Amino acid sequence: MRLDAKIPGGPLPQKWDRHRFELKLVNPANKRKFDILVVGTGLAGASASASLGELGYNVKTFCIHDSPRRAHSIAAQGGINAAKNYPNDGDSIWRLFYDTVKGGDFRAREANVYRLAQISNAIIDHCVAQGVPFAREYGGLLANRSFGGAQLSRTFYARGQTGQQLLLGAYGALMRQVAAGRVRLFPRREILDIVVVHGKARGVVARNLLNGEIECHEGHAVVLATGGYGNAYYLSTNAKASNVTAAFRAYKRGAAFANPCFTQIHPTCIPVHGTYQSKLTLMSESLRNDGRVWVPKRAGDKRPPHQIPEAERDYFLERKYPSFGNLVPRDVASRNVKEQCDQGKGVGETGLAVYLDFADAIRRDGRAVIERKYGNLFQMYEKITGDDPYETPMMIYPAVHYTMGGLWVDYNLMSTLEGLFVLGEANFSDHGANRLGASALMQGLADGYFIIPYTLGGYLAGTSLEPVSASDPAFAATAREAEERIRRLLEVNGRRTVDELHRELGMVLWNHCGMSRTNEGLAKARARVQELREEFWHNVRVPGAGRDLNQSLEKAGRVADFMEFAELMILDALARQESCGGHFNEAYQTEENEARRDDERYCHVAAWEFAGLEREPVRHEEPLVFEHVPLTQRSYK
Amino acid sequence: MSQSIRLTLKIWRQKGPADPGRFETFAAEDISTDMSFLEMLDVVNEKLILEGREPVAFDHDCREGICGSCGAVVNGRPHGHLRGTTLCQLHMRHFRDGDTIVIEPFRARAFPVIKDLVVDRSALDRLMQAGGFVSVNTGSAPEANTLPVPSDRAERAMDAAACIGCGACVAACPNASAMLFTSAKVSHLALLPQGRPEAARRVLSMVRAMDACGFGNCSNHRECEMTCPKEISIVHIARLNREALKAGFLSPER
Repeated sequence: MRLDAKIPGGPLPQKWDRHRFELKLVNPANKRKFDILVVGTGLAGASASASLGELGYNVKTFCIHDSPRRAHSIAAQGGINAAKNYPNDGDSIWRLFYDTVKGGDFRAREANVYRLAQISNAIIDHCVAQGVPFAREYGGLLANRSFGGAQLSRTFYARGQTGQQLLLGAYGALMRQVAAGRVRLFPRREILDIVVVHGKARGVVARNLLNGEIECHEGHAVVLATGGYGNAYYLSTNAKASNVTAAFRAYKRGAAFANPCFTQIHPTCIPVHGTYQSKLTLMSESLRNDGRVWVPKRAGDKRPPHQIPEAERDYFLERKYPSFGNLVPRDVASRNVKEQCDQGKGVGETGLAVYLDFADAIRRDGRAVIERKYGNLFQMYEKITGDDPYETPMMIYPAVHYTMGGLWVDYNLMSTLEGLFVLGEANFSDHGANRLGASALMQGLADGYFIIPYTLGGYLAGTSLEPVSASDPAFAATAREAEERIRRLLEVNGRRTVDELHRELGMVLWNHCGMSRTNEGLAKARARVQELREEFWHNVRVPGAGRDLNQSLEKAGRVADFMEFAELMILDALARQESCGGHFNEAYQTEENEARRDDERYCHVAAWEFAGLEREPVRHEEPLVFEHVPLTQRSYK
Repeated sequence: MSQSIRLTLKIWRQKGPADPGRFETFAAEDISTDMSFLEMLDVVNEKLILEGREPVAFDHDCREGICGSCGAVVNGRPHGHLRGTTLCQLHMRHFRDGDTIVIEPFRARAFPVIKDLVVDRSALDRLMQAGGFVSVNTGSAPEANTLPVPSDRAERAMDAAACIGCGACVAACPNASAMLFTSAKVSHLALLPQGRPEAARRVLSMVRAMDACGFGNCSNHRECEMTCPKEISIVHIARLNREALKAGFLSPER
């Protein structure tokens, strides 16, 4: 397998312009001759479907929910970055690029990140034109706030519902194309496999979740926008249906999987409170604009927060990182929270929480201002915990939130499987080893609105694609494999439920491949995952039938893939003998307990190639070259 | 502090659209008051699976009140009795030990039952296809700050845009009307300068689509407003009516 990133030549600021010029075009009358299959309708999938439909392609779009508007991008709270420099505080495309590369701990491609920063401004323009109700200043112009890893305000937002509003904008654009007949929508479909004909991705096998029928769809190219794999941990802030299946199937068909151990543990989530818990809820990073993170100075101090005087509180982020304070990047904040709790200073019933306190902000700005900025988040918190954060500090603890790893893609967003493009969180391209807040929405929309419309055209115009139909034997064979898998899942009829086994897998990953990793722990976790997988296939119980709406079967298929995929995460973590961003191997840390990179040996992307069942996957390396942001130890002090 | 309570659940079971359906009774033991309503259903389902029975099907996804997937009628109220709450945000601390809870799907002509608590809400997508957007192609937008929007207007637009499309308003309405849902989109876009060029066409087209999808008319019961998990006000219905009237008399689109 050759990893050719296809980064265009020329100076960094001109690469994308030059590339767009060099890409071949499909003439407008010919676009309707191409069928494009788009999987997923989050920000990346919906924006890609809409934009490709507008261009005149024949688009078929698949979504796992009853409606495209339910994709998990809807839950993104805080905001979207752009280099508009409206606040006049020193922002520029170059600075957004610089902050993102540095925030990612130097494990992302410079050229990709620069392009992302360039496109960021057009995204805001487009979303405003769609009627996205961004927050505004009294004069009517757009407002900004700050996010982690940046010393200025470049985040656009719509209360604490920015993801919802951006997704509804993209969903509206998609609905417009559905009405125009350019996009055909297939809701309640789960993609079970990618069909490869003569070495190229030419179709998908889908299960109709309403009746269990297996369908084959053919096309000239496949676009995966299926999100991340955070649910491997069972407990995460991801929605329940978020899964790795389509991406993992693509990996098994020849698409390399890059940096699977790069997962983001978000510092501010509502802590776990019971064994029945089904998911975790994020409290937006934007809260750290005004909230102050603290623990009691004395370990084991069980007094309620209002009884702990100011002098006996440790605002540890402000103390350790005076220039960034509470707005250090997520990986740094999470590790520090864990460190405090490990020292016995954690608060709440379980001791696995720290305070996020708004008392100062409420005193300073008044309750009304805080309510306008964060009202819906405070309300969410109150509903879940029964505590009122206007009166008592929030309690928060880190939780799995995002995955920087994903299918490897080149500059055109094409994977190593020809004809398979991967967008949004499902690819690995822009965030390195740690994503900065408000950058996921930016990347999803950049990929869908402004990159794939060009690069897909370049592929279609420059590739000879023989006609295929769903009657091609490759389709029947792939569909048979999917059916066979379903049959096996239903046949086991064991004694443990899917959720039980998934929870156990999640605990193994959380304990050993989570915020902090050791070689021994990872090795142990690998053995345990293999045992669990074995048990899954012998002892899982999946009730009901294959040809029916069967939610247990849906879950079982996804968990079966997580059981395999978890091992790839662990392998990748073991192979990367350094710490960087969210990947923190305890053996590699600075004297101040920060991640210590090894740029001599690991300044590369690790891309894993599937080598067949019962065989170790092959690790490939794409070297990363930093010409514009000098490789340094990250410092937020 | 969390407590453990016992409940009796009467849940609507229906194998498929053709099955007439019926209530089945389940005992839910050892339910922590810190659980969400859906986590309580998870516990019931886990037990059913181990007993070799089919679990109760229900739609859900984000479990934090924003995706709009979940929803069932709990003791006669869509999303339960708490104001401004989706079913996934309703926690068991709001129930008492020994309570009987009746759980049924959203019922409306335009929302046929698919299985158990799962209903088909694709009619809401069809309403959006009729005009719930601004017709702007990617690439053609002007610079964002060339179009100032007074902040109070943007805030009111955001109040309407907060709709999560769950369909509770339809389920709560005696006429199974989708007026609150439709008006939220009409109002969101009518309040913004970006939405004005198409305002007349949008409102007429969406209102026609409501009829075509089998939704009823609004007769001001205000049940929708009471039940909306995002507390969207019927002020938006008034705005839709004004927009529709204006378009019906004055617009060349009529």
